[in-house]
Amino acid sequence: MTQGMLALPRFLARLPADRLFVVVTRATALVAIVLVLSLLSPHFFTFQNLMNVLRQASLQFILSAGLTLVILTGGIDLSVGAVLGLSACLGASLIVSGHVALGIAAALAAGLACGLANGMLVTQLRIPAFIATYGMLWIAHGLTYVFMKGEVIHGFDKGFRFIGAGHVGPIPAPVIAAAILLGLLYVLLHHTRLGRGIYAIGGNPVAARLSGMPVNRYLITVYALSGVLAAFAGLVVIARVNAADPGTGEELLLAAIAAVCLGGTSLFGGQGGIGGTIVGSLILALVINGMNLLNVSTFWQAGGMGLIVLVSVFADQVGGRRVNAAVHHRGGKP
Amino acid sequence: MNAPAAIATHAGRPSVRQLLAAAPGAVYLLVILCALLAVWRPEFLSAANLTNVALQVAVLVIVSLGMTLVILTEGIDLSLGAVLGLAGVVMGLALVGGYPFPLAIAAALAVGLAFGLANGALIAWAGMPPFIVTLGTLGIAHSLAMVLTHGNSVTGLPAQVRWFNEGQVLGFPVPLVATAVLFLLTYLLLYHTRFGRYVFAIGGNRRALALSGVRVSAYLIAVYAFAGAMAAAASFVMTARMNAAHPTIALGLEFDAIAAVVLGGTSFEKGRGGIVGTLAGAAAVGVLRNGLNLLGVSAEWQVAAIGLVIIGGVAFDSIRGRT
Repeated sequence: MTQGMLALPRFLARLPADRLFVVVTRATALVAIVLVLSLLSPHFFTFQNLMNVLRQASLQFILSAGLTLVILTGGIDLSVGAVLGLSACLGASLIVSGHVALGIAAALAAGLACGLANGMLVTQLRIPAFIATYGMLWIAHGLTYVFMKGEVIHGFDKGFRFIGAGHVGPIPAPVIAAAILLGLLYVLLHHTRLGRGIYAIGGNPVAARLSGMPVNRYLITVYALSGVLAAFAGLVVIARVNAADPGTGEELLLAAIAAVCLGGTSLFGGQGGIGGTIVGSLILALVINGMNLLNVSTFWQAGGMGLIVLVSVFADQVGGRRVNAAVHHRGGKP
Repeated sequence: MNAPAAIATHAGRPSVRQLLAAAPGAVYLLVILCALLAVWRPEFLSAANLTNVALQVAVLVIVSLGMTLVILTEGIDLSLGAVLGLAGVVMGLALVGGYPFPLAIAAALAVGLAFGLANGALIAWAGMPPFIVTLGTLGIAHSLAMVLTHGNSVTGLPAQVRWFNEGQVLGFPVPLVATAVLFLLTYLLLYHTRFGRYVFAIGGNRRALALSGVRVSAYLIAVYAFAGAMAAAASFVMTARMNAAHPTIALGLEFDAIAAVVLGGTSFEKGRGGIVGTLAGAAAVGVLRNGLNLLGVSAEWQVAAIGLVIIGGVAFDSIRGRT
């Protein structure tokens, strides 16, 4: 190979081969989707549509951000969609009657409560995360339907709607919210003790515990954050569509997981990060936008998400392993 | 092996106390629920209502049998409800399209097997986590069912289909006979074959099994394929009962099945549990739903209640396992 081809940016060159594999495949996917969509649809490269994609990606990111933290610890939160729905509906009932601040507080509190419960179940009762949060999924889901009695709440205050439907100059408000959230979570993950703890727990929970880290406290914090961020995502969603119904969030679980997997965060914990989830959310938003532009039936959407999850996890498992093996075999870096 | 039997072999005759301590949560729940319902709602104990409960539980038992094997291997299959829906839709469309009955049944079974094999292969060969694989295939199966039917029910099925619900064998309703046959089949498979021993061993100590030269991947794939086929078999009873194939009818049924397995004392760790407990677990979930119906509790509360039951069951198991 020539010297020129090896001149990767330094941070890429320092990555292990399997992480480099993730970065390269995701960049390729992003470019390929943009190329295909701009060739197939004349409406793709319009300002209006690109802003739509950005807003969709931001919503997706807000929903997947908390889940990313959970997955980095080697856990999972299957309740994000249902918790989103429950807190959105609770909040909506207050917001629609004029108590905007109270409604927002109630929604975030509901998310926090569900998240704390998840964290306690996982750490104190030592229930596997996928089963504890799966139980929580159905509890939250059931409570949402009980609370709403099958009705729809719509017509929110204009001030509240800003967070979902407003603009700052040409930029949609959710995009700004997502950017701020990205900054906060980046600092949290890479410049705080909690952040180091999250990676340590995901990398080797036994070693983390033995090193005297307050593993249980960190885990409860992470599940609580996931619940609060799901609630926040719920507020943004209902502000955007100007309505809340008991089905809100029902189909978002698969999308939330898809964005994290697409972002290259390992489901076994300890590898990946919040930056990946931004890329994953963008790819997912482009895919959904493409399906809409090309008039693909919405019936395909769940299957599309499922396929994306399977393909990206499969590629990282099998492809990443192969690349690693090849590099180790040659005894050097690519 | 189920717990009472294990105690019996170790310590001679088990005391009542040992038996009570070893009984899965489902037994307690079942006894309490039946006692409460018999007092509050005497109509619960009527033959008509009990038969109704048994018929309702048939589909759940069949799906739970497959789920038990999956959970014994420390796995989970979230796709079973969606696969059941897709299998039913495929059978329905084949029949409405004029294909012969056996072919329609074979097609539905093939759908169940194919999804099970795909789940198993991705889990065993690619080393992907079971909940993520089966969540992905859930989405795919659901989408396929919706696309095939455009979101509508498949109706106008030939009268033969109803045999799966209304027919009788030796005076017993077909759903109950089918459930009994499949239960016996699973029992033999689990307790009297090498496959069954390996199912427990995969959950107990997968590495040791692999090191002793057993092809763990092949057995793991077979377990998921079995679960998929059972979901397809359950779709026959379900479709017959509805006299139509709905693409979304069984979404969430995997949730009741997981509750049944957990209540039946099968653990998510170390291959502990068995299908006798699952039978009690499915009965408990069925009675719980029926009882809440009789008491006029809405389906929404039932969903939340069963979520609590799952968490409570696993927590109970976790606390008991620690002492």
